[in-house]
Amino acid sequence: MYTTELEKQRMASAQEDPEKLAEFDARVAADDFIEPKDWMPEAYRKTLIRQISQHAHSEIVGMLPEGNWITRAPSLRRKAVLLAKVQDEGGHGLYLYCAAETLGTSRDEMVEALHSGRAKYSTIFNYPTLTWADIGAIGWLVDGAAIMNQVPLQRTSYGPYARAMVRICKEESFHQRQGFEIMMTLANGTAEQKRMAQDALNRWWWPSLMMFGPPDDNSPNSAQSMRWRIKRETNDEIRQRFVDATVPQAEALGLTVPDADLKWNEAKGGYDFGAIDWEEFYAVVRGEGPVAKERMKARTKAWEDGAWVREAALAHAAKRAQRMAAE
Amino acid sequence: MQPINERALKLGDDSLILGQRLSEWCGHAPMLEVDLALANIALDLIGQATLFLGRAGDPDALAFRRDVLDFRNCLLVEQPNGDFAQTVARLFLFSNWQELMLRDLCSSDEFGDIARKSVKEVAYHARYASEWVVRLGDGTDESRGRMIAGLDWMWRFTPELFEGDAAPLRGEWDARIDAVLGDAGLDRPKDSRPILGGRKGHHSEHLGHLLTEMQFLQRAYPGATW
Amino acid sequence: MSKALTGKALTSKEWPLWEVFVRAKNGLSHKHAGSVHAADARMALEAARDTYTRRMEGISLWVVPSASIVASDPGEAAALFEPASDKVYRHPTFYVIPDNVKNI
Repeated sequence: MYTTELEKQRMASAQEDPEKLAEFDARVAADDFIEPKDWMPEAYRKTLIRQISQHAHSEIVGMLPEGNWITRAPSLRRKAVLLAKVQDEGGHGLYLYCAAETLGTSRDEMVEALHSGRAKYSTIFNYPTLTWADIGAIGWLVDGAAIMNQVPLQRTSYGPYARAMVRICKEESFHQRQGFEIMMTLANGTAEQKRMAQDALNRWWWPSLMMFGPPDDNSPNSAQSMRWRIKRETNDEIRQRFVDATVPQAEALGLTVPDADLKWNEAKGGYDFGAIDWEEFYAVVRGEGPVAKERMKARTKAWEDGAWVREAALAHAAKRAQRMAAE
Repeated sequence: MQPINERALKLGDDSLILGQRLSEWCGHAPMLEVDLALANIALDLIGQATLFLGRAGDPDALAFRRDVLDFRNCLLVEQPNGDFAQTVARLFLFSNWQELMLRDLCSSDEFGDIARKSVKEVAYHARYASEWVVRLGDGTDESRGRMIAGLDWMWRFTPELFEGDAAPLRGEWDARIDAVLGDAGLDRPKDSRPILGGRKGHHSEHLGHLLTEMQFLQRAYPGATW
Repeated sequence: MSKALTGKALTSKEWPLWEVFVRAKNGLSHKHAGSVHAADARMALEAARDTYTRRMEGISLWVVPSASIVASDPGEAAALFEPASDKVYRHPTFYVIPDNVKNI
C-alpha cells in the first residue's frame, strides 16, 4: 500500500560508479543489510526516503479516522484500547520518520512534503469512519492488510527500516485482534449492531484490497524494488494471501463479503475474487478520496497550530543554555 | 467523612473527565512526541477512573449513563482544551493537586491500593506539565502570553480543589505552584471569586457537551453490549 | 546540553534529534532503541520514556544528542576491522589440548 507512488518512479542509476554498484547489488542480493553510512546508489536512497516517509505519513494520517471515535468509544475498556492503538500508530510514524532521517532528510522536510501534497500516504485513510463498527473493520481489515504488507519488510535491505519494522510488527500484533473482537461483539449483538458491522465490511472491503497497490502487470518498477529487497513480494501475491486469510474470518463472524464473484478455487488453493475498481483507486491516489481534504486540513492545522509551541521550546532551551554559559 | 460511593465518584470522575479531555488531543498535538505523551497521560487517567468508579458500582454504567447533575468531578478538569498552553495550565494545576491528594490517600483503607498505583503516574503528569509551564512561560513572547492566558482561564477553578477534607493540601500546593511559576518567570494569577459547584453536580456548560459526545453510543443503543 | 547542539538548535527550527538507549533490566547494558526529537535533555528523556518504554521495555534510559555520536566510516571498515581476522590465537579454540586434560 505504501509503495504505490514508488512504483511510478523510474529508477535511473546510470551515473553511479559501476564497481561500487556491483558490490552494492551483490551485498543486497546476499541479503546483507545496508546501514546509514554505507555507500548506496542515489536511486536506492531516494526510493527509500520516499517509501519510508510515505509509510510514516500513512501512520500519522491513519491516526485521524480512528481518532475520530476515541471520544465516543462505548466503554472505558474500548476507549483505553483505542487510544493505546492510535497512540501506537503515532509511535510507528515516529520510528519511521527517524529511520528516514538516517538517509539524510529531516522530519520537517517530510512533513512539508506531506502538507504540500507532494508526498502520498495510503489511500485507505481517505475514507470516513461513520459508525463504531468502522473501528472494528479498520482493525480487522486495514491492520490485517497492513500486517501482511509489513511482515516481509522486517527483512528489508535497509537496516534502520528493517529494525523499525520489527518493532512495529511486534506492537501491531494486538491491533488486528482488537478489531476482530469489536466485529465479533457487534456481529453477536443486536440487529442494529449487526447492520453496523455488515455495513462497515461493505464499505471497507474493497478499499482494503486496494491497499496492496496496483496489479502486478501495472507495477513496472516492482522488479527493481524486489531486487533491492525493499519490497519482498508482489502486490498480487500479498493481496491473494489477504483474501484467503480474511474470507473465512468473515464467515466466522456470520458476515457477507461484498463480492458476488468470490469463489473458492480448488485448483489454485485460493479464492477467486471480483475485479477491483482501479479507477477509484487512482482517483484516491490523486487526492480525490471522500475525506482527503479533511485529512490534510486536520494535519496541517495541527502542525500550524503547534508552531508556536515548537518555537517556544527551542527558544527556552537556547535561553537556558545561554544562562548556563554565563554562570 | 463522605460515604465511600461519593468519594469514589469524586476521584473517578476527576480522572475520567480529564482523561477524556486529553484524549481529544490524540492526532492533533504540536509535535508527534507530545502526542504520545498526552495519550500516555490520558491512558493513566482512564485506568484510574475505571478503578475508582469500580468502587462505586459498574464503571461503564457510571461513566456512560449518568447525567451532569450526578457527576462529581471538579470544574477544572472539564474546562476545554483550548490551545496547548491552556491544556498545560489545567494539567499543571490539577496534577500537582492530585498528586498531593493521592499521596495522602495511599494509607486509606478504601482506596489505598488504587492511590499507591496512581500516585506514581500522577507524579509524572505533574512533572511533565510543570516543565512545559517553564518552557512556555520562559520561551517566546507569544508562548508567554498564551501561558499567562491559560493560567488565567483555569485559576478561578482552583479553590474548588481545596474544599472540605482537601483544605490542608493548600499550603504545599501553593509552594509547588509558586516554585514552578518562579522558574517560568510568571506571576501567580490574581485570585478572583472562586467558582464552585462541581462536587455537587453543578457544572459548567462544557460538561454537558463532553458527556453528549462520550455517552453517544450507550445512549443511542440502550442495552447493547460493546 | 552540548554547545554544538544548541548552536544547531538556534539556526534550525526543528527540535534536535536524540538517540535513545534502553536498559531492559539490571545486569544488561543499555541498548540502542531508536531516536526522538526534543528541544532539551529533560524533554528528550520524557519523549524516550513515552515512546520506547510503553510496554515495560526498560528500567533505565540514556539519551544522547545524535550530533554528539562519533561513528566510524564504513570506508575504513577494512582498515579498522579486518586486521582482527587473522588473530585467531586470541580465541580459545586456536589451542589444541588433549581430551583427557580437564578444566582448562
